[in-house]
Amino acid sequence: MDNLFAARSQMAMSLGFHIVFAALGIGMPLLMVLAEWRWLRTGDELYLILAKRWAKGTAILFAVGAVSGTVLSFELGLLWPHFMGWAGALIGMPFSLEGFAFFTEAIFLGIYLYGWRRVSGRAHLASGVLVALSGAASGIFVVIANAWMNTPTGFRLMDGIPHDIDPIAAIFNPSAFPQAIHMMVAAYAACGFAVAGVHALMLLRRPENLFHRRALQIALAVGGVAAILQPLSGDVLAQAVARYQPVKLAALEGQFKTERAAPARIGGWPDIDAQETRHAIEIPYGLSLLAFHDPQATVRGLDSFPRHNWPPIPVVHVAFQIMVASGMVLIVVTLWGAYLAWRRRSFENLRWFLRTVVLAAPLGFIAIETGWVVTEVGRQPWIISGVMRTSEAVTPMPGLVVPFITFTLLYVFLTVIVIWLMRSQVMESPRIEVQSQ
Amino acid sequence: MNGIGLEMILATAMLVSLNFYALAGGADFGGGVWDLLARGARAKQQRRLIAQAIAPIWEANHVWLILVIVILFTAFPPAFAAISTALHIPITLMLIGIVLRGSAFIFRSYTPNDDTAERRWSRLFEIASLVTPILLGVIVGAIASGRIQIKEGMVTNGFLRSWLAPFPVAVGCFALALFAFLAAVYLTLETRDTLLQEDFRLRALMSALLVAILALVVYLLAEEGAPSIRHHLAGSSWTWPLQGLTAFAATVAIIALWKRRYPLARICAVAQVSLILWGWGLAQSPYLVEPDINILNAAAPPSVMRLLLLALILGGVLLLPSFFYLYRIFKSRPD
Repeated sequence: MDNLFAARSQMAMSLGFHIVFAALGIGMPLLMVLAEWRWLRTGDELYLILAKRWAKGTAILFAVGAVSGTVLSFELGLLWPHFMGWAGALIGMPFSLEGFAFFTEAIFLGIYLYGWRRVSGRAHLASGVLVALSGAASGIFVVIANAWMNTPTGFRLMDGIPHDIDPIAAIFNPSAFPQAIHMMVAAYAACGFAVAGVHALMLLRRPENLFHRRALQIALAVGGVAAILQPLSGDVLAQAVARYQPVKLAALEGQFKTERAAPARIGGWPDIDAQETRHAIEIPYGLSLLAFHDPQATVRGLDSFPRHNWPPIPVVHVAFQIMVASGMVLIVVTLWGAYLAWRRRSFENLRWFLRTVVLAAPLGFIAIETGWVVTEVGRQPWIISGVMRTSEAVTPMPGLVVPFITFTLLYVFLTVIVIWLMRSQVMESPRIEVQSQ
Repeated sequence: MNGIGLEMILATAMLVSLNFYALAGGADFGGGVWDLLARGARAKQQRRLIAQAIAPIWEANHVWLILVIVILFTAFPPAFAAISTALHIPITLMLIGIVLRGSAFIFRSYTPNDDTAERRWSRLFEIASLVTPILLGVIVGAIASGRIQIKEGMVTNGFLRSWLAPFPVAVGCFALALFAFLAAVYLTLETRDTLLQEDFRLRALMSALLVAILALVVYLLAEEGAPSIRHHLAGSSWTWPLQGLTAFAATVAIIALWKRRYPLARICAVAQVSLILWGWGLAQSPYLVEPDINILNAAAPPSVMRLLLLALILGGVLLLPSFFYLYRIFKSRPD
């Protein structure tokens, strides 16, 4: 394993691990606050138990997210010192703001978790709301920094060095808003469905348990609303990618030739040698419509970019297909649930629906992981699009395979423990059996 | 505001954040050390007190370190690049320590009624709490030593020599002793149980002695290990008032502990640790990494510095009342 590949693998692994906890750290506080709010509104003790249970889960997930996020902030320098030396001033602002959001989140999570008896009910709920808000804010700021790597703005390049640095223009780079909104919605969808899946599984075992019914309702509502909204943010992001990162668009669609009225491809395998994507279902005009809202629009294919600037096409294309497919399944599940709710049938009794929700539980996270593959691998070979190659940014430190393996083992270990803790501490039904009348 | 002022203000902000990290996050590590060294009839109560003291605040305290790093890479990007290249190994080891300390602590908190699991997580939490501050001190010592040599992004001094040396290791032990001292002093005020207070009073006094010995060791090793800093500490006009004040704070802390005047001891311990940090900062100023990188040649453009300063001020306005609220809720009255 050469050093560059080891560095990329370590970064990908660290991000892939952290992103799960970060997304749960954004979504879980919302769920826990909603449960507490329902408790305050209805006086139903079950909602209080639920809020406390979800808070317990949030505490564990947030702690692992906090330490793995710390690792990432150092890894930017440990693995990519030339990138940070070059771009630190440009992407430092969103990271600084993220720092303050993270502070707020940690402070009020401490109050929320340990202050049940020490602060008033209203102050407690307000602390939870602040945790949810600052969690979302810190996610948005980090994604803005990543968006800058995709569409760098706020400087003038002279002799390979950035001049006239404008940090505000760097923050408001063209990908910032589309990427941030897409990631936030994804976090709520993934968290909502993952939690819903857990409670659906428990309901299959104990169909009458009211605790799990309430939990399922809240989690599905959050996940479902997000899943339904996600295509809108996806559309905004697709247009930004089409406009500012045409090579990434060509890669994720497997579009080899520049053409008017380009079709959208579902599935298929991009054959690099033959320069075509085989076995895909083609929807006429689809890509031109999606990317430019014009069925006749010309889409630039990979043929209009030099080969040494192509990202790994099959990886990006397949990851994109998996992401979209996962999102679509979540939408279908949401519509099914909404239909059942609209017909006033309690979906908690419908075993087939519950089974589907269980199966759909990981899809949000699969979409998040593959979505990150699309955006990160799709940017290769650049670490800063069109400005700095990933190979130029890597540290001269030899033997990077060692920290890569070390952190991988460490994170596998943490994953196993977290799953075990969730099963034993968070998922179990409350001791006091609560049955429906 | 002129350019030079901005660089100095942001470097100062970085040191302020590091100071808060040492006082708050450092003491949380010190708590882990006393967890490891819990002895005697009240070992269990000592551990419970430590856990209660740390639990609501350690994550917020930890963010100070993130703030230090973020200010460093935003305001002085080349310094961040140089430090994280040359000190790749100790930083990586410190990160593993940070991950294991935090995870083990939270895992322990959420595995009640399982003694075996609790013991295992405790051991991991304790060992990580012991090792991480040493590595943090080693990193600071290496930065202060002037042995990090970077030319055009390449380390010319190897990846070991700058930090695997007597001086940085001594600074590592010194940091650990300081954090343990802070934790012991704070813990005397976390309980109303006088026996527990006595336990931590004794620990605070012993670690105060250790701090004094290690301070001397670090100072002597600096002759060889960090000559430039040593030169400034020995020869500058500000140094004797500062060192005198540090010694005064240390002495009053010991007397206050002896007389069981714990609030006074806490104020003095905080002053002592802060003054040590500021002494280092002044002695190294204006260098971030001696001898090549200073706050002027590593500074980001003024547009970035101004915006960062504004963000720090606004962030501080939000943050400090929040911190005050957090500490008032959990630290104003011991159970």
